[in-house]
Amino acid sequence: MNFDSFLLMRQEILLLVIILLLVVAEIFMPHRKKNSIVHLAIFLFGIHTIVGFFAIDEGSLFGGMFRTDGLIHFFKNVLNIGVFIVLLQSADWIQEKIMQHNRGTEFFILLFSSLLGMYFMISAGDFLMFYLGLELSTLPIAALAAFETTKRKSSESGIKLLLSAALASGVSLFGISMLYATTGSIYFNDIIEVITATNLSILGFILFFAGLAFKISLVPFHFWTADVYEGAPISIASYLSVISKGAAAFILLILLFTIFKPLMHIWENLMYVIAIATMFIGNLFALRQQNMKRFLAFSSIAQAGFILLGFMAGNQLGVATVVYFILVYVFSNLAAFGVVQAISLQTGKESMNDYEGLYRTNPKLSMIMMLALFSLAGIPPVAGFFGKFFLFVAAASEGYYLLVFIAVVNVTISLYYYLLVVRAMFLRKSDQAIPFFKNKLYMRLGLIITVLGILILGIYSPLYDYIFELSSNL
Amino acid sequence: MNISYTILIPLIPLAVFLLLGIFNQKIKPSISGYIGVLGLLASTILSFYTAYQYFFIHEKVDGVYQTFVEKTVWMNFTETLHIDMGVLIDPISIMMLLVVSVVSLMVHIYSRGYMKDDEGYTRFFAFLSLFTFSMYGLVLATNLFQIYIFWELVGVSSYLLIGYYYTKPSAVAAAKKAFIVTRFADLGFLIGILIIGYYTGTFDFETLNNPEGSAILNWASTSFMGLSAITWALILIFIGGAGKSAMLPFHIWLPDAMEGPTPVSALIHAATMVVAGVYLVARLFPMYYFVEDGFVLNIVAFVGAISSLFAAIIAITQTDIKRVLAFSTMSQIGYMMLALGVSGYDGHEGVGYMASMFHLFTHAMFKALLFLAAGSVIHAVHSNYLKDMGGLRKYMPITNITFLIAALAIAGMPPFAGFFSKDEILVAAYEHNKLIYYIGVFVAGLTAFYMFRIYFGIFWGKDTQYEHKPKESPLSMTFPLMFLALLSVVGGFIPFSEFITADKASFEVHLNYPLAAIAVGVGLAGIILAWIFYKKENNLANKFANAFGPFYKWASDKFYFDEIYLFITKKILFKRVSAPIAWFDKKVIDATMEGIGNKTVLASEKIKGMQSGKVQDYAFAFISGVVVLAIIFIYLWTN
Repeated sequence: MNFDSFLLMRQEILLLVIILLLVVAEIFMPHRKKNSIVHLAIFLFGIHTIVGFFAIDEGSLFGGMFRTDGLIHFFKNVLNIGVFIVLLQSADWIQEKIMQHNRGTEFFILLFSSLLGMYFMISAGDFLMFYLGLELSTLPIAALAAFETTKRKSSESGIKLLLSAALASGVSLFGISMLYATTGSIYFNDIIEVITATNLSILGFILFFAGLAFKISLVPFHFWTADVYEGAPISIASYLSVISKGAAAFILLILLFTIFKPLMHIWENLMYVIAIATMFIGNLFALRQQNMKRFLAFSSIAQAGFILLGFMAGNQLGVATVVYFILVYVFSNLAAFGVVQAISLQTGKESMNDYEGLYRTNPKLSMIMMLALFSLAGIPPVAGFFGKFFLFVAAASEGYYLLVFIAVVNVTISLYYYLLVVRAMFLRKSDQAIPFFKNKLYMRLGLIITVLGILILGIYSPLYDYIFELSSNL
Repeated sequence: MNISYTILIPLIPLAVFLLLGIFNQKIKPSISGYIGVLGLLASTILSFYTAYQYFFIHEKVDGVYQTFVEKTVWMNFTETLHIDMGVLIDPISIMMLLVVSVVSLMVHIYSRGYMKDDEGYTRFFAFLSLFTFSMYGLVLATNLFQIYIFWELVGVSSYLLIGYYYTKPSAVAAAKKAFIVTRFADLGFLIGILIIGYYTGTFDFETLNNPEGSAILNWASTSFMGLSAITWALILIFIGGAGKSAMLPFHIWLPDAMEGPTPVSALIHAATMVVAGVYLVARLFPMYYFVEDGFVLNIVAFVGAISSLFAAIIAITQTDIKRVLAFSTMSQIGYMMLALGVSGYDGHEGVGYMASMFHLFTHAMFKALLFLAAGSVIHAVHSNYLKDMGGLRKYMPITNITFLIAALAIAGMPPFAGFFSKDEILVAAYEHNKLIYYIGVFVAGLTAFYMFRIYFGIFWGKDTQYEHKPKESPLSMTFPLMFLALLSVVGGFIPFSEFITADKASFEVHLNYPLAAIAVGVGLAGIILAWIFYKKENNLANKFANAFGPFYKWASDKFYFDEIYLFITKKILFKRVSAPIAWFDKKVIDATMEGIGNKTVLASEKIKGMQSGKVQDYAFAFISGVVVLAIIFIYLWTN
């Protein structure tokens, strides 16, 4: 066997090495220097992120169970950047709240394991590898959601996620077994050859789809989202809303465009219905939320509905727009979560009312939050506008004018609640405004990266062309 | 010739603007002035270097100056139609670069003295840099759309600078007025651009201006209301130019714009932005000349001539010295337009084009000087009005001499710069259209008269008693005066036809002595009349004004143009058109929208029970969701 070909798994191997290094460090690091585990983890992951930018060949391993190409590699890099930002934004929280219980290493190991699962999930070449990746990506998160053991809400969040995830993956597995029954294979390459739209394969597809729809939190598989986000530590909520959702959306896109291509007439209609339901439900619930975490949870559900518009195009344009949108969404949503995290860490306040008058006391944080919300709402010239605009163009190019119209209506609704926050921060005055505070280095870095991302992605167009190029081999 | 470095010329002021704009509070005022001046000095040096390379190092090909373009595609519409961003170097863009650089640099230096101790000192320099950046971008534009973008940017920075004293209601109103009026004219410009893009498939100046290109050869292929579509486009584009250049009937913003700080008036409303309209016509000159056999040029000529006459008459009656200068600017720009309008294309035929650019160049120098000198006077006596001035020659010798030089230049006295450029304009008009020539000569006399009216009024005339004794301005203000005065003296000796001609090939010009003598004679008459009226305090001027009776009153009220506009907008547009639309908007559209909004909130309220918080409910929803979807897609929706 040629071991050079193992380099196709470079990202996975490197991440695994980091996890092992952290285990070793945990054992041998002197007790009083425990805090430095945070620096070590961020440093190692930073290197991992940078190394990830080097190109990787296309190819597959283990008889087709593992495969990689330019787009998959690019997407892993997107996930890396996202996780890196999450790490930066949660560093202070870990140092202040978690390290006193000496559990920092666990946090990193669980988080990285979950990311490793996602790598395998999006690189999967058959359903077995896919399923293993899916499980590996979900279970550590359930543990992380319950990480703040002193808080009842956190435990509740963990248990809810675990139960829902178990149900979802069970249903999904059931679907996979039906697909196996109709096609006789679990290898994607074989399935493409033989799959046709029979009742059994459609049922299998819908069951399988429910599992991923759970991770992307599409209606009606979204109910866990708000409760889990609210109870979980904010870093985990932002991880769930950005990384986990992005990876699941990406693999769903790939599978729909490859092995389920023959079922396109089915899933197009399915996406149509679910997109509308998701946008409306997400938006209507977001309207009334007072807790910022629940608010962002429902907003992220609505955003998932928009992503489906790109799926409808069913061509290279669709893939490119979805990947681009996710990339933009990573920066915008992490910026919003970052501000919520910073404020929550300093003051423990998470309600929208607490944000009143924030601009007077913390103008920089307010500006970042405004930028993030504008990007989420899709106001030009920030990146979010182009993300949404391209999605709409992709859907409209295939003639889905009604759907695009409904989406535009939903953008309007979402604009309302995003602006509610902006109004609270900028226009309202309050006697109990959150006093001025200074963020620590990591948090500041985390916020600056997101702001740069939001601004640069909106202006620098070659990136979109690059993604479009990568999408061609799908 | 490698021209890629010229992109730095606009980028340096942009960088300065961003620096001063972002760190507005952190930078000490004294330093921000230096940053502004140094940045502009760098751009000026680059501009001169470019000019030197272009005119003296790089050889002409077949006796014709080449055009250099460097650009990237910014937005793509079709194969040929795209918006580019880049720089275009040819004789007129270089000449404008020099004008903008020199005047802007002088104004920057001058402002360090004039704006001293002003609260928004840094903001002022930031805006100046923004304006200079926009103006450079406008000058260097490679295509119609790029010029339009910078055209609007120039408008915005002009708005910001006119309204610089934003606590003063009149300044705010003036800023709004300038912006709205020019913006209204720009609508014509935009439509013109779109028509050109639609019918010729390109925005590119080089392609459009090529006399053998399809845009010019095929102009007659479409017609609309008796003219070709391209002709209409050119008329509309000229409307945009007329708005920026304060030509009749869009001139009403220019006098009010004098509310801005005086250095701003010198830079924007005398030397650079207001001549953008002239530059625009010159930029598209081959199109204007060849399409419909120069039909639009006739319009340009008459609009220019009438504006010139009209403004000169009003200028005689104004008592605010800045307003006199504003109307004088309008009058002189009318001159430039007139010259373009009567110009031909080949060789000596194109003398009007050359004269127009020549006059643009010399006018920029002496008009900027007039404004800056006026600023120096205003700085000393704290008033804009002639009645508060008089006898200042004793207190402000440098200002006195430099103002006199500029006044002689604008009056067309040899050997000052204005004499040469004005003479060429009159020659061009004489050869082409006698009526326009007579108007031109008459305006030349009026110009000399009103200019010396304020000169004598400020520096001679009555011995006004001042509360604080006026004193000469500091060197930072007098240096620009002396420098510009020098240029106003020697500027006329530049052999312009060597460098800037309509077909880019040099030709020889000689003074036309009889015509020059007539012009100088008329100018002298104006000066002498002013000398009689205003040298010493006397009653002659008033008697004379009374003799004209109501005509004088009309002129001093600017022929009621503002009132006509107010009537049209307030009485007709607002009352008869806007009010009903506003009602419809409020009662029908808004109400509908509000209803929808309320319904949305209601719906959100209704469905809140769905999120129960119980995980078993969620599981139930999950399973039933799968089942329902399966039923729908297996049994009901199987197309």
